Amino acid sequence: MGSNLAVNYAEAIAMVLFATGFANLLLQKNLIKKIIGLNIMDSSVYLFLAVKGYITGRTVPIVVDGVTSVEKYINPIPAGLVLTGIVVSVSVSALMLSLTIRLYRRYQTLNLDEISTRLKKEGL
Amino acid sequence: MELVRNFPFFSIMLAMFSGPVCSVLPGKAARVVNAIVISIVAILSAVLLAFLMASGESFVFMMGHFPAPWGNEIRAGVLEAGMALFFSIVMLLSVLGGIKKLFDEVVVSKHNLYYVLVGLMLSSLLALVYTNDLFTAYVFVEINTISACGLIMIRENGRTIEAAVRYMIMSLIGSAMILLGICVLYDLTGHLLMSNIKEQVALLVADGSYPEPLLCTIALMSVGLAIKCALFPFHAWLPDAYGYSTVSSAAILSSLVSKGYIFLLIKIIYRVIGFEIYRGSGVIDVLFIFGLAGMIFGSVSAIRENDVRRMIAYSSVAQIGYIFMGIGMGTQFGMVAAIFHMLSHASTKSLLFISAIGLTDVSDGSRKFGPLTGSGYRNRIAGLAFAVGSLSMVGVPLFSGFISKLLFAEAAVTLTGRMLPVLIVLGISTILNAIYFMKTVIRIYTPVDEVNRVKKEGYEPVHMRQVPLYGVVLCAFVILNVFLGVMSDSIVNLIRIGLDMFA
Repeated sequence: MGSNLAVNYAEAIAMVLFATGFANLLLQKNLIKKIIGLNIMDSSVYLFLAVKGYITGRTVPIVVDGVTSVEKYINPIPAGLVLTGIVVSVSVSALMLSLTIRLYRRYQTLNLDEISTRLKKEGL
Repeated sequence: MELVRNFPFFSIMLAMFSGPVCSVLPGKAARVVNAIVISIVAILSAVLLAFLMASGESFVFMMGHFPAPWGNEIRAGVLEAGMALFFSIVMLLSVLGGIKKLFDEVVVSKHNLYYVLVGLMLSSLLALVYTNDLFTAYVFVEINTISACGLIMIRENGRTIEAAVRYMIMSLIGSAMILLGICVLYDLTGHLLMSNIKEQVALLVADGSYPEPLLCTIALMSVGLAIKCALFPFHAWLPDAYGYSTVSSAAILSSLVSKGYIFLLIKIIYRVIGFEIYRGSGVIDVLFIFGLAGMIFGSVSAIRENDVRRMIAYSSVAQIGYIFMGIGMGTQFGMVAAIFHMLSHASTKSLLFISAIGLTDVSDGSRKFGPLTGSGYRNRIAGLAFAVGSLSMVGVPLFSGFISKLLFAEAAVTLTGRMLPVLIVLGISTILNAIYFMKTVIRIYTPVDEVNRVKKEGYEPVHMRQVPLYGVVLCAFVILNVFLGVMSDSIVNLIRIGLDMFA
């Protein structure tokens, strides 16, 4: 168990980051901190994928000097998945930020719980 | 290759590109384009369903020019085509039912944007139904989330923006868990196509290697999807999101969005993990228990609610609980019952949301129960439709809700260990449903001194002649509901055939 953890230290770090981001997104009251948590969480998944796709001693799958042997290159699919994931995460962050701006303009606060209590008082 | 095999691809692309087209059109034209596109998708799905019933086997459609382990694929079977047909019909009716109300709810200059979101939503739902690739499924889950968030927040008041933020937070947690689950599964198997993953998972289980990571990925994907469709302990965002958004949005969100995720979960169970392996993991018991808890607590929250739309929203929590209970039974019968309840809930809940808006409109816009008294006489068609929806949810024969309760009970009888909890909770939940729905129906049909009230408080009665489209939509929903209830045998048969094609 201990030796496995030492070999796969990068995956372990990714999981710790995932938990950090998860907790921040769920528990922080401040909307901006929530969005930072979201980004940490998403990035940790990309770190995990990138680490899983890497094979020691091989290089990126871009043919430059005519070497076409599969043995020479790492798996390109995780990189493709990471790119797709980044696009999704950027658009989601932008959407969250735009919602935050709207709420801030209306209520002059970033605290989601305070906004909720004020909404209940307004009885809208 | 026959032309009909291209239809899944056509319907996804048609729905997706109707979005950008609508964004440059004026609101009225966008509305027409949107309605036409949804109708075309429904027709294409119906033709596809007929073709699949005739040929008797599912087919795989290659996207791009790369064959199986590398390329992306679409797969169509009876269940997929049937779901696509049903989703597009309910979507069309929900959008049409809310058109008139949309003018009160959304600034007129933004109406075309509303139809952009509806188009995107439909295309992501269709893609979730048809795709054979797990990562594509993840991408469309995110598109679905974004368009759902847009549908909630387009009615711009503080309440809906706050609801959209809360919805986004829970949804993002869910989709991150799904993504992590897919990544771990990819590392274990080396594939992203569902059929390839299933072969590899079977080998892994036979080997006995990597049991913990496999359990982790099953748990991550199941819980992620459960969060996104508001299974009981994760439902805090739901009443605000359904209760304050525009009426079409509420109908679409409650009846279709959560169903898309549940359908994806069923696909993962059957086509990615394998039914037997999934049942062997403990995750299915967790879903079962939370489903049972949701059936009770959702109904209790609904009884305590004093706002008719939030009450209907809480009732959704209970109905999602029913569906997860069916999945959690771990038998083919339970799964058939769960899928039938998906259909029955989708048709009933959108009917309830749309008829409730007709009732609140003739009660000075108030959604509290007091002013709603007697509103069934002021808007007769909405009152009738609401009564039909309520009876169906409670489980009165002739309507679809009765059949799904019957199927759940029949499925429970074949189980040994779980029969008693299912039957007891089903009974309690039915009584609780009856309490809050019948309370509302009695309230809207309590006669009041109409002449006096119309004079004093300005409550205007509405006749069907004034709102022809709204009336037609409600009638169509009622017919759909009765159709599901009366023709249940052939529909259950269809679901069985579809599930056999899955495996």
